[in-house]
Amino acid sequence: MSPAWVKSDRQWERERVRRSRARRSTSIATASTIVFLTLVAWIVTSSPGWPRVQESFFSVEAFATALPDVLDGFLLNVKIFLIAEPLILVVGLLVALARGIKTPAFFPIRALATLYTDIFRGVPTLLVIYLVGFGLPGLRLQGVPTDLATLGIIALTLSYGAYVAEVFRSGIDSVHPSQIAAARSLGLSHGKAMRFVVLPQAVRRVVPPLLNDFVSLQKDTALVATIGLMEALRQAQIFASGKFNYTSYLVAALLFVLLTIPLARFTDHLAERTRRRRGA
Amino acid sequence: MSLLTVEGVWKSFRGHAVLRGIDLEVRPHEVVSLIGASGSGKSTLLRCVNLLETVDDGAIFLDDREITDPRVDVDDVRKRLGIVFQAFNLFPHMTVLDNITLAPRQVHKVARAQAEEEAHDLLTRFGLAGKARAYPDQLSGGQQQRVAIIRALATRPRLMLLDEVTSALDPALVVEVLGIIRELKQAGMTMILTTHEMGFCRDISDTVCFLDGGVLLEKGPPEKILSDPDHVRTREFLRSVLEAGRL
Repeated sequence: MSPAWVKSDRQWERERVRRSRARRSTSIATASTIVFLTLVAWIVTSSPGWPRVQESFFSVEAFATALPDVLDGFLLNVKIFLIAEPLILVVGLLVALARGIKTPAFFPIRALATLYTDIFRGVPTLLVIYLVGFGLPGLRLQGVPTDLATLGIIALTLSYGAYVAEVFRSGIDSVHPSQIAAARSLGLSHGKAMRFVVLPQAVRRVVPPLLNDFVSLQKDTALVATIGLMEALRQAQIFASGKFNYTSYLVAALLFVLLTIPLARFTDHLAERTRRRRGA
Repeated sequence: MSLLTVEGVWKSFRGHAVLRGIDLEVRPHEVVSLIGASGSGKSTLLRCVNLLETVDDGAIFLDDREITDPRVDVDDVRKRLGIVFQAFNLFPHMTVLDNITLAPRQVHKVARAQAEEEAHDLLTRFGLAGKARAYPDQLSGGQQQRVAIIRALATRPRLMLLDEVTSALDPALVVEVLGIIRELKQAGMTMILTTHEMGFCRDISDTVCFLDGGVLLEKGPPEKILSDPDHVRTREFLRSVLEAGRL
């Protein structure tokens, strides 16, 4: 009984207009991109110092020789990153939850968690790496690791854990109080309400900012070079000072970019999905 | 001459047809009500008129100019339309006065002093004189919805679209909002509204349209549609409304 849709001439015409406008936007975008890139390339290559820069930063030969060492170092960056990331998530979540405890008897835990975020968000990551990398083994305590990679991971976890805790906390705060009221009135304890109702919603909301922090962490693994770890940046430094050629830095930069771009696109994709869900 | 003409409008979401060839004409100063069950396409039709949705087929004309043409400037069309939503959608970070004067100042380039004077006039006219400096969360639901209506009015629209403006309000507050809409009708405003308040619909409408599954099944004066409809589907709908105690 309901009518069937036969596309009208008006709609065919309208879609033709839309397509031609889309084509026009694409050509404009392409043209402006080409003009822009040409302009940038021209400005750079016509600068007086370009031949020198080209030689010391963009040498194909140096690129090929530096790549194996830098790549080898870069694997250490990836390793540090992969181990630190889950640790940071655990620390961040625990600290965020500790800051939400209302029971008076657990006040010290809450205070400690607050103190932790206050301190480690305030101290530059580089400083934390110095303090942990040189200070911790200096104590000569039994059982304290002396392996540089482990120390680097501890330092990064301490520093990033504080940021991630705040991200989690803002996520928890963003869940509407009515959700807690509904869970509590079903008889769920504070812990159960958190676990089954609040956290699942909070975590979904904070995934994009968390991934953003992880992109930042990927780069900051280079900071452990300062305590003597042979990772990508350190390898690049060694190459540069030995050969008087900075192409190795370009190699390291490229490797870092190649690692962060997929994660950045994934973050965009998640944000876009959330946006679409909200719009529907 | 009609102010708004809807011609064979189709719209689907993910393969599900929500509007199936809607035709509708609205004359100047006419008040048209859209009734029908949830999902019948009432709100989608309003959103298509406001260009919040792009139609899949058909055309909509405002003052005899096609607004569904892809070459039309969307903002220019919306300047001439006022829409009020079920959930008010006031800007929570602005005072009532700023909510009302935002569009006149930013879009219509009215000077602040004049925009605020006009806003104060509207607030006084609709019984909210003391609320200009208040923030939305300091107002009752009914007051918020009246502010939302005033906000839409402040740009002097050709046509007002009211999408279930009383559905989120309790009965005591419904009355004050309906009062405003009555006053707008007396002032000659052209309006399309969707509503579940059948008594109000009978009282205010010049024309009532019954939508069912995306089709405009029947249309006519309220006495006819609400009391003696031709279609069995309309009768069923009215019976269910009656059972819910809303007639």
